Amino acid sequence: MTYVDGNVLAGPLAEVFGVDFTAVTGTCASCGFAAALATLRVYSTAPGFVARCPSCEEVVLRLVRTPTEAWVDLRGARSLRVPLT
Amino acid sequence: MARTAVPGRLTWRVATLTKVADETPTARTLTFDVPGWPGHLPGQHVDVRLTAEDGYSTQRSYSIAEPADGEHVVLTIQEVADGEVSPYLTRALPVGGQVELRGPVGGWFVWRDAEPAPVLLVAGGSGIVPLAAMLRARAAAGSRVPLRLLYSVRSPAERFYADELRGAATGGVDITYFYTREAPPDDPRGAKRIGLADLNTHAWPADFEPSCFVCGPTGFVETVADTLIALGHDPRRVRTERFGPSG
Amino acid sequence: MAIVTPGFFGKRRGAADRLPPGQYLADDFPVLTAGPTPVVHTEDWEFTLTNEVGERHTWNWRELQALPAETPTVDIHCVTKWSKLDTAWRGVSLDELFADVDTAADYAMVHSYGGYTTNLPLEDLLDGQAWIAYEYDGEELLAQHGGPARLLVPHLYFWKSAKWVRDIELMVTDEPGFWESLGYHDYGDPWLEQRYQGD
Repeated sequence: MTYVDGNVLAGPLAEVFGVDFTAVTGTCASCGFAAALATLRVYSTAPGFVARCPSCEEVVLRLVRTPTEAWVDLRGARSLRVPLT
Repeated sequence: MARTAVPGRLTWRVATLTKVADETPTARTLTFDVPGWPGHLPGQHVDVRLTAEDGYSTQRSYSIAEPADGEHVVLTIQEVADGEVSPYLTRALPVGGQVELRGPVGGWFVWRDAEPAPVLLVAGGSGIVPLAAMLRARAAAGSRVPLRLLYSVRSPAERFYADELRGAATGGVDITYFYTREAPPDDPRGAKRIGLADLNTHAWPADFEPSCFVCGPTGFVETVADTLIALGHDPRRVRTERFGPSG
Repeated sequence: MAIVTPGFFGKRRGAADRLPPGQYLADDFPVLTAGPTPVVHTEDWEFTLTNEVGERHTWNWRELQALPAETPTVDIHCVTKWSKLDTAWRGVSLDELFADVDTAADYAMVHSYGGYTTNLPLEDLLDGQAWIAYEYDGEELLAQHGGPARLLVPHLYFWKSAKWVRDIELMVTDEPGFWESLGYHDYGDPWLEQRYQGD
């Protein structure tokens, strides 16, 4: 089964945080690879979104949207670097 | 033309279909009127939500095909055989019909017309859609940055925007087609998948430092992005948008 | 409230009383995955049961195949709302595998090749309710559907039926697995529509 780009997270993450996350630089907690969240490998044919590091394939971010809530797991991201301008 | 890419929290808006145009036998361009639409950047996409009478609802993401123009949002949708949403949008939704739409979303795979770097666009199949928005935005802004579009498509009949692209290929814009299944008789390249030789010959050289945008099915994007990087393009300047089958 | 799109029905077909609430009938067998499909060769395959004090019982592929097989035909229900009726499997009942396992634990964590996890009460794995399945529809189980072997627990939502099953760890206290820790229901009974926490 194949994956798509982190771009697909743009809508769901903007719904939660109100800002665009795809241009945010995330650093993988597992291997230290840093890249825009738009470049994560996202497995979306699942009960939620599972975004994996393009370098080591570990999970960086997970998102589940229930009818009333969003659950976000960022354990796999050591840091998020958010452009403010 | 600095716009806020995502102004505040996303909300669903009602979109009314105002115009339909055929691109190919299986792809149509749909123009929606979306009151309150905040504008968008070329390369961004929208989520479209359909809800059945019993409350069942499902959503898909589609790239926006044209640059911001008031409250219009233009999508070109490739019908996926046996799909759930795309056949409804391309065949069943009548002019005047309504769906829900939210966006614009995505701040990474976007081109801003103030960027001075040359632009290399590489499209696979319906991956042309967000790249066409960039090409059109360049023209609308009167930008003079050199732009090169490499468009891989199965056959001449499956090209999107064929007439418009023919007219666009002037004044700093080059367009090259790569046919993968069936090429016109006068195309010496024949029909085959895009490869190293194609990109080496037709893409901007790496030392030109172009902004590269690659959009298409996952396998296509993988091949093209890897090849561009092998040809010396800085990975930070190669932006990709892969899509899986979106029925 | 969402606006209704006239003439849109989705790809659903009903099947009346055999579908739990909110489910529709799938034509195909959708492939859901949270990561790359692990490549597990049967010569390297192992399955382990570990009890709460760390005692391990391990089977290799040949040993699993040597155990008595059952051929359950069951309905399966995915939390993403598709269901499939009368799916035919072949595999080993967990009752068989647990026969010599000494435990007082109440919970189990299932681990897969590739890192996936899911939790469930031990009693839901016993009494003819769960199998390690290695054939589907008369053929060896494809990797995309969890081959060489997956857990099959059809009375719970299908995310509990972990693909590429590698081991089951018994626990005295419950802990959430991959989806259970991110908003999905801890138990997941499709007939009670326990999709999300709080359902």
